[in-house]
Amino acid sequence: MAERLSNREGIRGMINPTRYGILRVAYWLQRLSGLGLLAYLIGHIYETSTILNGKTAWANMLSLTETPGGHIVLVIVIGMCVFHTGNGIRVMISEGGKGVGKPGQPEYPYRASSLNSKQRLCIWVSIALAALAMMYGAGVLFGN
Amino acid sequence: MRESIIMKIHYGTALAAVALVAVHILMRMSQKFSDSLSYQNVLANYHFLPYALMLEVILVLLSVHGFNGLRVILLELKQGATYEKAINYGSLAAMAVLIAYGSRTILMAGMGTS
Amino acid sequence: MATVTVPEEKKIDESPAAPAEPKPTTITLRISRVNPSENAEAKFEEFKVPVQKWTTVLETILHVKEKLDHSVAVRYSCRQASCGSCGMKINGKPRLACYTKISELESNVVTVEPMNNFQIIRDLAVNFEQLFSTHKKMKPFIINEESEVQPGTKEFIQTPQDLEKFLQFSYCIKCGLCNSACPTMATDKSFVGPQGLAQAYRYTADNRDKGKEDRLKIVDQSHGIWRCHFAGSCSNVCPKGVDPAMAIQLLRGYLLGFRK
Repeated sequence: MAERLSNREGIRGMINPTRYGILRVAYWLQRLSGLGLLAYLIGHIYETSTILNGKTAWANMLSLTETPGGHIVLVIVIGMCVFHTGNGIRVMISEGGKGVGKPGQPEYPYRASSLNSKQRLCIWVSIALAALAMMYGAGVLFGN
Repeated sequence: MRESIIMKIHYGTALAAVALVAVHILMRMSQKFSDSLSYQNVLANYHFLPYALMLEVILVLLSVHGFNGLRVILLELKQGATYEKAINYGSLAAMAVLIAYGSRTILMAGMGTS
Repeated sequence: MATVTVPEEKKIDESPAAPAEPKPTTITLRISRVNPSENAEAKFEEFKVPVQKWTTVLETILHVKEKLDHSVAVRYSCRQASCGSCGMKINGKPRLACYTKISELESNVVTVEPMNNFQIIRDLAVNFEQLFSTHKKMKPFIINEESEVQPGTKEFIQTPQDLEKFLQFSYCIKCGLCNSACPTMATDKSFVGPQGLAQAYRYTADNRDKGKEDRLKIVDQSHGIWRCHFAGSCSNVCPKGVDPAMAIQLLRGYLLGFRK
């Protein structure tokens, strides 16, 4: 009851990337890619540990991961990695107070200078780089 | 530990990991991708001490960064003293387990016990 | 001797009539109705309301109160985006009802709901207790022992440049729209929120103030400034151009050592 009355949007509101512009989309993608990369890291560490069980165990693991499905997962991981890096660097620089504009007298219609074109460009560049890296990765993986 | 120190570690591990993971990926790209994953080739990587050390550093950096990121997300999802304590210590424990498990692979493969 | 001529009586030109006022169109206003004291679930009630192109959302709600259902609960006061009372979710986004024209929503159906992340009192009225208490925690006043009011002390001189460093953030009307849009506030009930953090920066950036260390200590907590991830939603909805996202990043610059 108390939780309902607090009227918090909850997880559904937090993960909703619409309504508030590209920075909110970037926030959502950053979280999603971060969780995906952590899952991959855990999987990758388990995957590589099979080398301790000998050549056959390693070959068995490769037969699972070196498949079209495994390659698609890897291509997605490449995309997440590049976007998380690019956007992460943007966020890091911004969180230091750089690139968010200068305080001044707000003028109607009050466009926030922290949501400036540089920020938006960096996000689009991160997305574009992720797409390029995915295409290159797909070429390498499926070209073999 | 103050939150600002934790977050400085978060940023530092991210920047260092970006540089080292790039080297790690470039090593895979220095030859045909499927060849780079051959049993002998991967073992040779572990036997090459500088590379094995770099893998260990990447393991520590990414575990710290990844589990701190997860801690942040979980802290924002739910609040309460017991829950927050569990998340803080749980993330540290998960970090330690993942580092220990990965280090075991690097150490044993590097020493040729496989 | 001056002579005064009385002007002849002017004939009133009756030929071209003044352009008639455009006919009002009718929209459907959907109002979220909930009364927590009666433990009832929220439901929407629909009203047909005539609007002109300049009609604001608040005016349509007041039309409903006046002519259709006087029991609708809404908080408002100045009707000119100065008091910060009429914040609500309008077609899914937090806005000031007095500052949002129906015509700019480009829809014949307008849905109004209470702001998210605030406790509902009734219908569209929400409780601001948490916002005001976090605002107070940020010490929203000049901290300086050499107060201007002490006898024998000089006034504080500020240049226009000094003023510009914080002026923008002092325009906050505490309407709560930023807290309602913030993704962290959606799940984290302990988070200070963009409004409080922006005000912490407003006073920290004021060169008359000596309370920087105090405020940085307050915001450097596990549910403080680090729970902001620069999603920019707060600045996206701010009706006064305060840009809380900028203030938060500038404040964080002190903690990261990028600013002195």
